[in-house]
Amino acid sequence: MFGRKTGGRHVVIIGNGIAGVTTARAVRARDKKCRITLISGESLHFFSRPALMYIYMGHLTERNTRPFEEWFWKKTRIERLQAWVKFIDVDAKRVDFAGDTASLTYDQLVIATGSKPNKFGWPGQDLERVQGMCTLQDLANLEAISDDIEHGVIVGGGLIGVELAEMLHSRGKRVTMLAREKNYWDNALPEAEAALVGRVIRKGGIDLRLATELDRIEDDGEGRACAVHTKDGERLPCQFVGLTAGVSPNLSALEGSKIPTGRGVLCDFSLRTQVPDVYAAGDCVEFVTPEGERNVVEQLWYTGEMHGEVLGRVMCGEEAVYDRGIWFNSAKFLDLEWHTYGEVPPAGRETPDHQMLLWQPDDADLAFRLVLKQGRLVGVNSMGIRYRHKVCERWIADGLGAEQVLERLPEGNFDPEFYRRYEPAIVRAFREQLR
Amino acid sequence: MSVTLTGPAVSPHADSAGLRTAFAVATGVSLLPFALALAGHPVGSGWTAFAIAFVPFVVFAMLYIWATYRDTHPGIKNDDITRGHFTGRRTAGVLLGVVLTGLYTVLYFQGEWLQPVFALTDPLSQLLRDRPADQWFLYGFLYTLAVLIMGARMFWRYRHNRYQLFRTASVMFFQLGFAFLLPAFLLAMQQPEFYFTYFWPLKPDYLYPSYWAWLWQQPGGVGAFMLMFGVAASFVLTPILTFYFGKRWYCSWVCGCGGLAETAGDPFRHLSSKKYAAWRFERWSIHSVLVIITALTIWLWVGEGEAVQTGKKWYGYAVGMVLSGIVGVGFYPLLGSRVWCRFFCPMAAILGIGQRFFSRFRITTNGDQCMACGNCSAYCEMGIDVRAYAMQGKNIVRASCVGCGICSAVCPRGVLKLENGKTYADRYDGAQNPLATLLRSLKNP
Repeated sequence: MFGRKTGGRHVVIIGNGIAGVTTARAVRARDKKCRITLISGESLHFFSRPALMYIYMGHLTERNTRPFEEWFWKKTRIERLQAWVKFIDVDAKRVDFAGDTASLTYDQLVIATGSKPNKFGWPGQDLERVQGMCTLQDLANLEAISDDIEHGVIVGGGLIGVELAEMLHSRGKRVTMLAREKNYWDNALPEAEAALVGRVIRKGGIDLRLATELDRIEDDGEGRACAVHTKDGERLPCQFVGLTAGVSPNLSALEGSKIPTGRGVLCDFSLRTQVPDVYAAGDCVEFVTPEGERNVVEQLWYTGEMHGEVLGRVMCGEEAVYDRGIWFNSAKFLDLEWHTYGEVPPAGRETPDHQMLLWQPDDADLAFRLVLKQGRLVGVNSMGIRYRHKVCERWIADGLGAEQVLERLPEGNFDPEFYRRYEPAIVRAFREQLR
Repeated sequence: MSVTLTGPAVSPHADSAGLRTAFAVATGVSLLPFALALAGHPVGSGWTAFAIAFVPFVVFAMLYIWATYRDTHPGIKNDDITRGHFTGRRTAGVLLGVVLTGLYTVLYFQGEWLQPVFALTDPLSQLLRDRPADQWFLYGFLYTLAVLIMGARMFWRYRHNRYQLFRTASVMFFQLGFAFLLPAFLLAMQQPEFYFTYFWPLKPDYLYPSYWAWLWQQPGGVGAFMLMFGVAASFVLTPILTFYFGKRWYCSWVCGCGGLAETAGDPFRHLSSKKYAAWRFERWSIHSVLVIITALTIWLWVGEGEAVQTGKKWYGYAVGMVLSGIVGVGFYPLLGSRVWCRFFCPMAAILGIGQRFFSRFRITTNGDQCMACGNCSAYCEMGIDVRAYAMQGKNIVRASCVGCGICSAVCPRGVLKLENGKTYADRYDGAQNPLATLLRSLKNP
């Protein structure tokens, strides 16, 4: 297909998040000649989306969140364009924009448009002062009304929910979080860890309401939200409603185009869509899986980056197939850090095959878990203790037995120097549990 | 339908806001005795004047810090730093910069103006040094006070982080013991006022022939011991400790300049420039100072005459006063707390070469967990773009890193860890041949 010799092709990438930028860099690394254009309506600048919260909290300036200085784009000759895409014509290989931005033609097109917050048809979900926390515009909107907020209600107990709660709380706002689940985010965390995070959130001064669902958002008569009603019939007066009940692929740029979509942009595992020369990467991708399996949508910074690396190779004619490898993720819930590696079944999703070893001290907000299957390590979950990605990955890949892992446990610790080491206590507790 | 407003009282700052304001005002009012002294109306005399001048200030400053952190949870406390009056490069910060540069200028060039203020410290000077106070005693006293008060602030602020606690305790100990009390005690004992925590080339006198001659003449062999300690510290202790622990053993655990930066400078870390251009400037400026002081020292040993004495005098003015004091500390609220250490300190240059090429120290990154938020880079006081390495999963091995550990502390994904490896050779491609790598980097600066 395309090799070095086909210089002059124009690669157009819609979306300048981590997936789009990684794709652009991966293509440039292999093809010095082609023209690359990165398009975003949100911002001319590539910034770290997970860092939006730190701008609001006053930890970082907006500029701090940009990983690259201006010279980087000149040096890599990646052109940037700030414009909203209106229409993609795959027959003419042309992208049209809103306003008076001139259309672009492409030889290869990448859809990397990311996610948008889920809305489940709640009455009042489109009122003013009701929003998600995904974009710079969301941040600007929140900043604009911030002085008027005394009480904010956040609907949805996921990662963005707790971040938004922390943001409002840092400015002295009262925050109530409504989560449908029995324990915080227990569709991703095992029960003990979900309960621990819930305690940490409450201890941090956030009013976490579990097993509570949103019924409707009340209009103050002028099109602004003024209260939230729960399904239990409670009315929570508030000046802000955050919708953080997950995200779904943002397909607005594809409206009217011939690119097939389901939940997301339908792709094979080489990130090719069903239209020639059109590809996708990141949150907006829906991987088409063999019959009988549920299609896969991945909405993480890390997966977006990995998609971009694979896609860059595919677009330069290499045979590359996306394989996310051994799963990993991390987050921070207020002051509690979380690292997870491999397969850690969330609450209620354990099978009889899973053997769980859990250490949880009474006097500290910590938890450490090993998950074994047929006696071999498949997962590590650590809260409040940093663990090494590559070491845990190797343990899992090598399928170490419980005793082998316990012998090596101190090698995995990634906490700073002089921190208390919990491994002796963990090993003791696990040997006890294994007996 | 029920109406409830029964969440916990969660406004994190509400309880303390009033207290903080009260203590801030009280701290400000505590400066009144200094103003009165300068105006020629000291309050009381002797120890009474000393107590009236310093006790309320210290007490209210500590109460302010206590009120700031008393109802917080252990963890990173960077809320509102980018918007702060003093920390956000706003009017108050600029004014603070003007005041600090002004104070340093007066101290170095018109020290006698401070007579009414240093007279306040007379009883302490008499007690510790057996002689009247001068502007340098006042300076040392205030410097130590700043390290101790702001060190106490570090204890509250980073109470969850034992690396920060140990390191802060260390700089407080070395400032109080080795940079304040011991030199005073030596003076009281009629011995040279020697600083065992400052070495050539940061303290260039310690290898100057004239200083050696003077030390050598001191009775009782104490001077000779100091002379030999100075040589051993520069040429034996420094390379060995840097090999095992990196530059940090000195810059963020022992050094007085580092001590001030790590305590009083903590609110200003994020103000250092992260631009690539700043890094390029830094490499030229810091190594230029090193070359100049090395040449000057050699010249002092081999040459005589007026020219070399003039050189020595000008180095003292330009580097010792302007760059390390007036710019180095005065610009804290504008360019961050390490302007001197990063751009000009010749000791940092030597330690940096050691750390970059001949050391086991590195900051490791945790696999692929970085999500590029930029906290590490923003809070790096040395202006290292830590994120650029973390995003690639690479070790950070940079000459300028002082090992303060803040990047690791502020990382919300647990990606960074300061480590002394078992070897120097596994840190980066080329680390196995430090000399060849060093020569290569000299060819392509």
